[in-house]
Amino acid sequence: MAACKLIGMTVRHEHSTPAIVAEGLVKRYGATTALAGVDLTVPAGTVFGLLGPNGAGKTTAVRVLATLIRPDAGRALVGGYDVRHDSHRVRQLVGLTGQYASVDEMLTGRENLLMIGRLLGLSRSAAKARARELLADFRLTESADRAARTYSGGMRRRLDLAASLVGRPRLLFLDEPTTGLDPRSRNEMWDVVRDLVGGHGVTVLLTTQYLEEADQLADDIAVVDHGRIIAHGSPEALKKQTGAQTLAVRPGDAANTPLVAATVAELVGVAPDVAGSLVSARVTDPAVLPALVRRLDDAGVTVGEITLRSSSLDEVFLALTGHPATAGSNPTEPTSPTDVNGGEPAVDDPAARIPAATRS
Amino acid sequence: MTALTTTLPSQTPGTTGGAEPVGSARVTPLDALRHTATLAWRTLVQVRHNPMELLDFSVQPLMFLLLFTYVFGGAISGSTGDYLTFALPGIIVQNTLFTTLNTGTGLNTDLTKGVFDRLRSLPIARCAPLAGRILADMTKQLWAIAMLLGLGYILGFRVQTGPLQALAACGLVVLFALAASWISVLVGMLVSEPEKVMIFGFTLIFPLTFVSNAFVQTSTMPGWLQAFVKVNPVTALADATRGLLVSGPVWTPTWHALLWAAGLAAVFAPLAVVAFKRRV
Repeated sequence: MAACKLIGMTVRHEHSTPAIVAEGLVKRYGATTALAGVDLTVPAGTVFGLLGPNGAGKTTAVRVLATLIRPDAGRALVGGYDVRHDSHRVRQLVGLTGQYASVDEMLTGRENLLMIGRLLGLSRSAAKARARELLADFRLTESADRAARTYSGGMRRRLDLAASLVGRPRLLFLDEPTTGLDPRSRNEMWDVVRDLVGGHGVTVLLTTQYLEEADQLADDIAVVDHGRIIAHGSPEALKKQTGAQTLAVRPGDAANTPLVAATVAELVGVAPDVAGSLVSARVTDPAVLPALVRRLDDAGVTVGEITLRSSSLDEVFLALTGHPATAGSNPTEPTSPTDVNGGEPAVDDPAARIPAATRS
Repeated sequence: MTALTTTLPSQTPGTTGGAEPVGSARVTPLDALRHTATLAWRTLVQVRHNPMELLDFSVQPLMFLLLFTYVFGGAISGSTGDYLTFALPGIIVQNTLFTTLNTGTGLNTDLTKGVFDRLRSLPIARCAPLAGRILADMTKQLWAIAMLLGLGYILGFRVQTGPLQALAACGLVVLFALAASWISVLVGMLVSEPEKVMIFGFTLIFPLTFVSNAFVQTSTMPGWLQAFVKVNPVTALADATRGLLVSGPVWTPTWHALLWAAGLAAVFAPLAVVAFKRRV
């Protein structure tokens, strides 16, 4: 992969050098432990998703890796450079887009980009040219000369992302890039991230609260809770473990509920939850939906309502930890990291992991 | 946002500035100066898109000057012309001290809005955000002084010493402001929101500037108040400025003002830098 070669060159190592390696990162704020020993390896040219609720430690991890704060313990190499001892070099490799768009609202979009270009050592004309390119790429040309405080939320995020790309970083940190965006802007953001990685070989570490976002973008996901990584694996493995989707059916006639429940049980392999006439079950294979429709149709059952929706982060959390994804609460018991790819035997028995309390 | 072709690193090794991987391990002093200048430019350019700020550091001092000259002047000195000659140096001093608050408010805004995170993720000199802000604010100070002197001239104020002394007066005032702005930086780093810098500043600067001889002669005040006025650094600075622009003693108040400036900087600069490093 060309991206690997590029990054390998910059760190004077061979192609397989990971873009990020972190070992035992610890960060405390007074009595609060934001990071309680985080290990990460992000291969060059991939997207790594840190998934977790508010306050799980995702942002702290990004701030440590982007050299904004120093870890209290542990070690991290970004592009082969130690974040603690070679922070200036790390900063030359990375771009950061924060959770709250950190553009200067008093400047225009163009001036924001110009400022960063000049700070990165571009000549006046080179900085202008670069700003023009980025403004065009992010559809901001028309509003380029308006103060950024007049921008919409989506425009601000685009400007923020553009700002972190001025220096053509090899590694990009995206801290909750789509939180608070409408679906259209969110999809745009996803396309940009895909293009950055696929077309340009950039390595991306993103944090998110949305399972769907991690699923859409990441090659690897680490689920973070209370400053620890509690599960790690590919989106597929993670979904297999936790049940990616929830199927809910309500028969047109409530009298058919037992029949529907039995059919779902047969297809999914576990007994579904029944609440009134609503039958729901966690599924890993979306093909269950058409199969169920066919079976019910054959049986002459009219369906009043049928949905297949993505499991929420909350549901994944319950499945993984047994406690809901609420910020700041203490885990009832110490959770040890589960390597999803390691083939835990429990994966075969999803029912054991589906907490009934998640049903709506 | 489909074509990002121009946006990113070229995938062909060797085309983006050769095989030299990452630049230097440190920032050179020359780079640090460039970063400071760029960030000072940024602070000054903000004014263009924020006319309110222009009002704040241009119109407000002019209003003060007109108010003091025409409303209070006759009552205090018997004639507005005499009072203008006495009060203009004091108004310059007062305005300069109030303007130092902008440094703290600006820094606090950058912190709370996340601009500092962005700046600190860039390979730039660590001190540049602070130094750039201070440099820009000193430029605004000079601008405000020039405006006050300009309007003063129109109203009848005349520098009675000489151009060198007048320059020295501006230099002294800005130097004192530089020293005092460390207090503003410290407060800006400690408080949670920009407005609090203003609240703190007004509570401190209002009594300091008014209980001095910036606007009235010390001899008109009760004895116990005179005791405070005489040791107030604002009195020393106002006296020195008056001496350099109009007439009166120069050396003693100038030395006092310089000593105060050195003292303020010696105490508050280290505290402010520690707070800055802890916060960012």
